[in-house]
Order: sequence, then C-alpha cells, then structure tokens
Amino acid sequence: MQEMLQVVDLWVSVEGKQVLKGVDFSMGYGDVNVLFGPNGAGKTSFMMSLMGFPKYKVDQGKIFFKGEDVTDKDIYERSKMGIGLSFQRPPTVGGVSLERLINLLSKNNGISEEEVEVILENLKIKEHIKRSINDGFSGGEMKRSEILQLMLQKPEFVLIDEPESGVDMENIALVGHAINHLLGKDKVRSPKRGALIITHTGYILDFVNADKGYIFINGRVICSGNPRDMLNEIKRNGYKGCQVCQ
Amino acid sequence: MPISENRLSEIKSLAAAAKDKKALLGPDVDLERFKELAQRDRVENLSSLKAQTMEAAIMSGMDIKEDVRSGSFVQLNHSVIYESLNEKYKDQLQIMSTDDAVEKFDFIEDYFWRIVKPDQDKYTAAVALNPSHGYFMRVFPNQHVEYPLQACLLVDENNISQNVHNIIIVEEGASLNVITGCSLSKNDAEGIHLGISEFYVKKGGSLTFTMIHNWADNFDVRPRTSIHLEEDAKFVNNYILMKPVKSIQSAPNVYLTGKNAAAQFNNVIYGLKDSYIDLGSKMYLEAPNTRAESIARTIAADQSVIYSRGDMIAKTKEACMAHLDCRGIVFSKEATMYAIPALVSEGSVRAHLSHEASIGPISQEQVEYLMSRGINKDDAVSLITTGFLNLNIPYIPKFIDNKIKDIINATAKDAL
Repeated sequence: MQEMLQVVDLWVSVEGKQVLKGVDFSMGYGDVNVLFGPNGAGKTSFMMSLMGFPKYKVDQGKIFFKGEDVTDKDIYERSKMGIGLSFQRPPTVGGVSLERLINLLSKNNGISEEEVEVILENLKIKEHIKRSINDGFSGGEMKRSEILQLMLQKPEFVLIDEPESGVDMENIALVGHAINHLLGKDKVRSPKRGALIITHTGYILDFVNADKGYIFINGRVICSGNPRDMLNEIKRNGYKGCQVCQ
Repeated sequence: MPISENRLSEIKSLAAAAKDKKALLGPDVDLERFKELAQRDRVENLSSLKAQTMEAAIMSGMDIKEDVRSGSFVQLNHSVIYESLNEKYKDQLQIMSTDDAVEKFDFIEDYFWRIVKPDQDKYTAAVALNPSHGYFMRVFPNQHVEYPLQACLLVDENNISQNVHNIIIVEEGASLNVITGCSLSKNDAEGIHLGISEFYVKKGGSLTFTMIHNWADNFDVRPRTSIHLEEDAKFVNNYILMKPVKSIQSAPNVYLTGKNAAAQFNNVIYGLKDSYIDLGSKMYLEAPNTRAESIARTIAADQSVIYSRGDMIAKTKEACMAHLDCRGIVFSKEATMYAIPALVSEGSVRAHLSHEASIGPISQEQVEYLMSRGINKDDAVSLITTGFLNLNIPYIPKFIDNKIKDIINATAKDAL
C-alpha cells in the first residue's frame, strides 16, 4: 500500500545553516510515530519543513504526501491536503479572538455548533475563547487551544511538536486524552489519523499508543524502534548510547 | 441673549485678530475659497433624507430608525435639518443647535469659547466670526441615558466652509454615550469642515464619545476640540477614519483638572489615496491620581501620509499615570507614517508616564500560523489586519466592520 508520507533525502537550510542533512522517512496511513532527539537535532525543523514554512528552504530531496509531491506547495496548500500542525510555541494573534477563529474553522470544515460546544467542553477552554489567540495563555491553555484548532481543522495527518512543554501534570493528562481523541484512538470505530509527535519527556506515551519511535540526531534520522524501549534507553543513557549504537 | 454683549464682543475681537493666523500643524488652507452659503430645509424624520444623504449618514454610524438612540441631531451644510429627543428621555437630557442653546440658556456663557480659544488659529477664528450651528447636548445631574445620542454633520455642496460649534455638558454624576459622524454626501465636493468642540464632564460624570469620519478626496478638515474633566470624571474618545480626506489635522486637548479623573483615546486610522492625516491628543494631568491612556492603530496605504501623535503632560505634584500605545502598519511603498509620542513631566515627581510606539509590517509568523489552519493568505492578512484595528468600540454598526474588511481586502495585497 502507498505510504501516507514519504520523505526522500531531504536537505533543508535556514538562513544558510543546514538543519536537515538527508532525511529519509516514511509513514503509513493512520500510523502514530514519535520523534526523539536532543535539543538542536532538527526535529522541529523537520516538522516545519513538512508543513511547508518558507523559512525552511529545501535544498535537496522530496516530500510526498498521499503520493503527491508537495515539496513546492505552500503551507495553505499542504493544510488543505490534510496536514495539520500543533505548534510548540504558537504566536499571539492580537485582536483576533479565538472565538472568531473557531467560527471560521468550523464553518470551513462543516462542524456544527453543537459539536464545537462539546469540543470546547472537553478541552475546558470555553472561558478563554473571547481572548485574542494565544494572548496571555498559559502553557496548558496554549496546547489545548492548539488541539482544539486541529479538531476543527480535521487533518488526516497531524504534526505535534512537544505537547508536554510548559504544561503542568494536570494539563498533560487533559492534553494527552485530547490528542488520543483527535487521533481517533479512544474509540474503535473512529476514523484514524496519522501523527508524528516530538516528545522529550515521553509523558505523552502514557496516553497515546505510538506505533514506532525514531531518533533524530544532527539533522538526520539515525534509528527506529519500539518507542517505549527507546524512551527507556534514552532515560538510562541519554543520546550518547544512540551515537554508539549508530 | 444670555451671553453678554461684552463677552461676545471679546470673542469676536480675539477672532478678528487671529483670522490670518496659521495653525502650527497641517497644511495651510485658504479659507477665502470657501464662501458659499448652502441652506437646506428641515426633514420630518431621518427616513425622509435623500438617498445619497441618508447613505452618508448611515456610513457615519447614524441609526436611521433611531431604535437604539435617545435623540438625534443632523446638520446639512449650514442648516439644522433634523432634531429629535425621545420622549422617554426628555427629563434626562437636552439636544439642540448650539445657536438655540446660546439664545436659550443663561449658563451657556460659562461653556462658550472657554476651553477652545477663538484666537488659537485662523480656523477657530473663522468659526467664531461666522458660526453655523453645531450641536448642544446636556445630561442632567445623576441621569444615565440608556441609549446614545447621535449627531451627524453632513455636507453636500461645493465650496462651503461648515463652521460648527459643539458643546456637550455632562452634569455631576451623569453619564452619556454620543455617536457622531461627519460625512460628505457629494464625493467630489471641495470644501472645509471646521468643528469647535467643547466638552465638560463634571464631578463623577462619564462621557463616551465616538466619532466616525467619512470625508472625501477634496475636503479639508480642521477640528478643534477640548475636554474639561472634573473630579472622578471619565471620558472615552473613539475615533474612526476609514475614507480618504484631502487633509485633516486635529489634536484635542484633555484637561484632567479634578482628582481621579480619567481619559482614554482610541484612534483607528486608515490612510487611503493621498490623504494627509495629522491626528493625536494632548492630555494634561493636572490633579492627583489622574489617569490617561491613548491607543492608536494606524494603517498607511496608497500615497497617504499619517502623523500619529500623542502628548502626555503631567503637571500635578501628586501621583498620576499616563500611557501611549501607538502602533502602525505601512501597506504601501509610497505611503509615509510618523509615530510621535511625547511624554512631559513638569516637576511631576510622582508621575508614571510611558509609551509604546511601533511601525512594522504584518507579522509573517501570524500569517503562516493561520495558513497552517487552512486559511488562505489573503484571508489570513485580512483577519490579522482587522484584528489589528479592532479596539472593541461599542455601538459601531456591523456594516462599518464589513466596510473595514472591504478596504483591507482592497489595500492589503502589498502588505507582505
């Protein structure tokens, strides 16, 4: 069967600095994979490149999504094809209320007011929607807002950059359950969405059943395996072991 | 006449001496060009305004049905064509032509040319020498009027100088919301609007004043406004300019003379075509615990030139606080924007004065963020720009919001 995502020998630079150095990577439909790696390894750059941010300049290689070459497509086009991104640190959009964005996304994607109400209730975010997008949001509120937007956007494939960063333990559970729901993992008959998740702490693995883990070092994927085994190994020996293994 | 001959003579004399005195700011306008007299007949209700006039009034925020207004005043050129006061509120407030108020009330002398000087410049002098109405509004003590009063100053004739004098008095403990619009219903008209406005908010009173300007390419505008605030008085000024104007220059003075008085200015300015726009405010913090804030959101498109000013002048020796927040976006390579905040402390050792002034492009990061949600680039820019201009001004009709969006869509293409 055709892969949902296929990345072939991807080289990317940001302002002249090489951040990805020949990434080969693929994922099947509905797969949930996890990216591990030290700070500065290129994980976020990889996600931003998959989403098509122009700052991340593709020097070489190709990105295929659902069999189509999307290397030259812009962010909007990729989003319309079914890629969504939960930002690690989303920007504040002053003067534009979260409510306005909710209305726009739900209208664009055929989501009823009742469905929106349920999502807001589950994410415990209703009291914040009058505020400007991400304006003064705590870490947990920001992540819940990101997941909310993705639920309204209904992408087929979700990129989630560090869902635990800046989030307290109580909110991690809430965000974790929400991601599980977003990916359709909490109900047998829900449509399944693919996801690539960057995690440092691995807390998210307590809530989301990941299929495969990858280790990203120095702008490349260097190995893959069972995500829980990998996390345990990283916790024991850090990434030094990976370099030896490599 | 309740105003003494001596006082009137003094005003005329001061004005006569200043009739050629150029203003400190803004291009000089030759007033001799605008000598036509244009009288118009009264109308029975706002629905009987001519279509073009009505449209201009609506674009200035007028509620034609007056459902959610407590009273209305409409002046067309040099004539007052409509005045109304909802019966329900007749024991709470008064609304009429300033000329009528001058004829009627003994107290008016205390408010007439007191905080705007007739000899400030040639424009104030012109109004003092040749006034043509303007509105008078007064809310009685401790009255809180449910709905706003509305006033509209319209022009539909060429080569006229509309010289209005507006006076608002909010008596002790009272509150009032006013929506005013100034508009041209003849888009190619040449002329000038000179508006003297003297607002008095007494102890514990509150005035929210919203002005929507809809001028046109060949029209000059020189408002001269001052506001006097007593103890615990509050004044909020909202100003919206979304259409081209040949030139406008205004910087209202706000005198915070009573302790705990507070003033806030919100300016939303969109420079189009070759408009010359010089707008700001001067707030004088003269009493303990006075507070002032001035927020401006400015966009310069096409070949427009915008000066966005704000002066905070602390005079009290006790604590006071003032803040300026002045942000601008330049949409066009041919537009120019100046952001000029000024903070002055005249021996005010306990004053806290601050400002944030910035001019910058639309944030690429914000646009890309919204694009990643499946919103196309043009819509993302429109959403962000609308948000930038959104100061949550109440009682602004929905269509003005839509108008803002239309203008943004037409001018924001080069914004990135």
